[in-house]
Amino acid sequence: MEILGLLSDGVMVSLMPINVMLILIGVTLGLFIGAMPGLGSVNGVAILLPITFLVPPNSAIIFLAAIYYGAMYGGAISSITLGIPGASTAVATTFDGRPLALSGRASLALVTAALASFIGGTISNVLFTVFAPLLATVALIFGPPEIFALMLLAFATFVGLGGDDIPKTIFSICLGLVFAAVGFDEISGAPRLILFDINGFLHGINFLVLAIGVYGIGEMIWTIENTRGEITTTEAKMSLKGIVRDSKEGMRRGWKGTMIGSFLGFFVGILPAAGATPGSLMSYGVAKLVAKNPKEFGKGHPGGVAAPEAANNSASTGSMLPMLTLGIPGSPTTAILLGGMVIWGLTPGPRLFTEQPDFVWGLIGSFYISNVFALLVNLAFIPLFIWMLRMPFTVLAPLIFVLSVVGGYAATQDMHDVWLMLVFGFGAFFLRKLDYPLAPAVLAIVLGPIAEPTLRQSLLLSSGDASIFLTRPIAGPITVIAIILILLPVIKAVVTRMRGSRENAA
Amino acid sequence: MTITKRMFVKLAGATALAGLIAGPAAAWEPTKPVDFVIMAGAGGGADQIARFIQSVAEKKDLTNRPLVPNNKGGGSGAEALIALNGAGDPDHTILVTLNSFFTTPLRQENLGIDVQTFTPVAMMGVDPFVLWVHKDSGITTFEQWLEEVKKGDYVMGGTGKGQEDSLVITYLEQAFDLDIKYIPYKGGGAVAKDLAGKQIMATVNNPAETKGFYAAGDVVPLLSFSDERMPAFPDVPTLKEKGHDFSYYNQRAVVGAPGQSEEAAAYYQDLFKTIYESQEWQDYMASESLSPLWLSPDEQKAYWQTQVDRHKELLAAMGE
Repeated sequence: MEILGLLSDGVMVSLMPINVMLILIGVTLGLFIGAMPGLGSVNGVAILLPITFLVPPNSAIIFLAAIYYGAMYGGAISSITLGIPGASTAVATTFDGRPLALSGRASLALVTAALASFIGGTISNVLFTVFAPLLATVALIFGPPEIFALMLLAFATFVGLGGDDIPKTIFSICLGLVFAAVGFDEISGAPRLILFDINGFLHGINFLVLAIGVYGIGEMIWTIENTRGEITTTEAKMSLKGIVRDSKEGMRRGWKGTMIGSFLGFFVGILPAAGATPGSLMSYGVAKLVAKNPKEFGKGHPGGVAAPEAANNSASTGSMLPMLTLGIPGSPTTAILLGGMVIWGLTPGPRLFTEQPDFVWGLIGSFYISNVFALLVNLAFIPLFIWMLRMPFTVLAPLIFVLSVVGGYAATQDMHDVWLMLVFGFGAFFLRKLDYPLAPAVLAIVLGPIAEPTLRQSLLLSSGDASIFLTRPIAGPITVIAIILILLPVIKAVVTRMRGSRENAA
Repeated sequence: MTITKRMFVKLAGATALAGLIAGPAAAWEPTKPVDFVIMAGAGGGADQIARFIQSVAEKKDLTNRPLVPNNKGGGSGAEALIALNGAGDPDHTILVTLNSFFTTPLRQENLGIDVQTFTPVAMMGVDPFVLWVHKDSGITTFEQWLEEVKKGDYVMGGTGKGQEDSLVITYLEQAFDLDIKYIPYKGGGAVAKDLAGKQIMATVNNPAETKGFYAAGDVVPLLSFSDERMPAFPDVPTLKEKGHDFSYYNQRAVVGAPGQSEEAAAYYQDLFKTIYESQEWQDYMASESLSPLWLSPDEQKAYWQTQVDRHKELLAAMGE
């Protein structure tokens, strides 16, 4: 009951005229920042941080949180309409969003994304409101072995799925892991895999550069080849009736994905070092794993849009939790927010909730309001995005190319990355021709930098004894499930073969 | 859409105004946005300080062109040093540094970086190191801690090997004949969190990194590696009191690119002096437990030389 009182006070704070205005501006700005390839919530929040000195700290963080929220909604838009991930958090949305758009169901994908984002946001807000202090301790229990076990599970969901060619999936994961290893070795501090001694590799391979190369450039070349220069337009219609129909279909086929994304995303979000990008990729994997017909995923299943979209919103709320309660950011964006709080003279940490209740509950209240506004603003803009899709591909292709180049450059402001992105684009095109799945490589380059140091830290802790992953109470069960998942296809193959030989013998 | 547009127009207006009221022209002023390179990734200690400095400049309207933060944390700062070394426009390129300014060129001689070619701008303060344990360990003094470590199987965490934390811990190991298992982490925040979560037994975090947990009573400071007792922890002894002539600080300094013109260097030196003397920065140093240390440009160069020599020794002692 006490929580309800505090929450309603918080909602009242965020309903003050200045805050409502800031939320509205924030989510709209965030929507476009998120939709713009290369610019994500990190850039948006960092660029707009100085502006917040014009308003009181309460309103400032509400404004930045609204941008963060809006960007999570916005990332889906270019992922679906153009096939370029608008932000790293929306990469998984391209897997099914783009195929849906290509088959003329862009509005279904966009509506599903908006609704899943809203539900993910709402569920995470409730979890945050009720369990915030309790969940902070969960984040602390997760040491290196637990986080590595979780990463193993994420890889396992991608390997252990039926449908895709397993050796090719594993090859794709390994390729991603090699790219993830480029740069400096965090543990020893030594340079590693600085390919051809090019200085640009010193900062490693930026994940967005790979994602934009694979999905923006690669997809563009693929489409050009498939249409053989014919002028094509994607069929895309839009009406109010259509929105209602799409909402129903999106929720009917995507509810499972939405639920998985909402809870898993929140949980991954509260773990420092993880954040919304791994959360959305893992939710996609799990949604595919539990789907009745996993083979439909990747070809345009609303569940494949709903899971990552619910997850990235849910994770963005989740990652606020360690920031506020422990003073440790759960994602790059919250790291910037944390810097902002220090500048405003607030000390995040275990005592923030008791010392600054107005601030904390005002912020939590604003999550609820931002979420509603973001949904409405997003739905209002959907016709505009659909209209973009009606442009002939001869117009769209150069647009995609320009946006990809800008996006590749914006991430690190280094021309090296633009060339690298083009190389990835061509590489992805050829791998796709040879029928290699590319999503696992993208997953690996996101999770590799989390998995590798935690693996090495764990083994240092145990003096090289790998049983540390099995003997710890939380890491153990997760590792066992991951191993079973990885072995599942092998077991299946053995069983079928044995049955086959028995039948032959009989 | 109209709202966002209006906002951008307002912003543009504000920037234009700021340009107009910047006052009588000084000898040299930036003619374009200044590339404010940060030698660490977004969100770490160095990054927070850089963004704070930028916010003070912004708030007080101290520059006619903005300082644009640019994180280049790759390779323990190697990425940033290379960028500065080859800066196309040295007059508009400055760098926020930490001790990897000294260690990285020593450890990666092939980068061909000589820190003495950089232009001194400002020493904003130094960040002391403190030895922390979890309160549940029951340890309250440094002597108790030594006993506990000598029992064996003691695990500490810190930043990457060859970086600040590992140098301090290596010194402790050699000075007191200890054998400590060292787990490297990406940044000080992750180290602080894993001490609070009892994944590791002790750390040598900067106070700012573990402030929240200290305030909540989760972690206990045992020893500081500063020259004098720290005002924030008056009851915590220094290593010097324990008879070892060793102190260690992380520098929070701003330097200019090699080849920066004297006029530009003078401009930045003035700018950062103003920021250093501002109430905001003085309050920040107090709340984050930074030790004030103002040095003139010549003193900075001398300081760099002593630090390079010292880190050479420390790294050699580590076997690096």
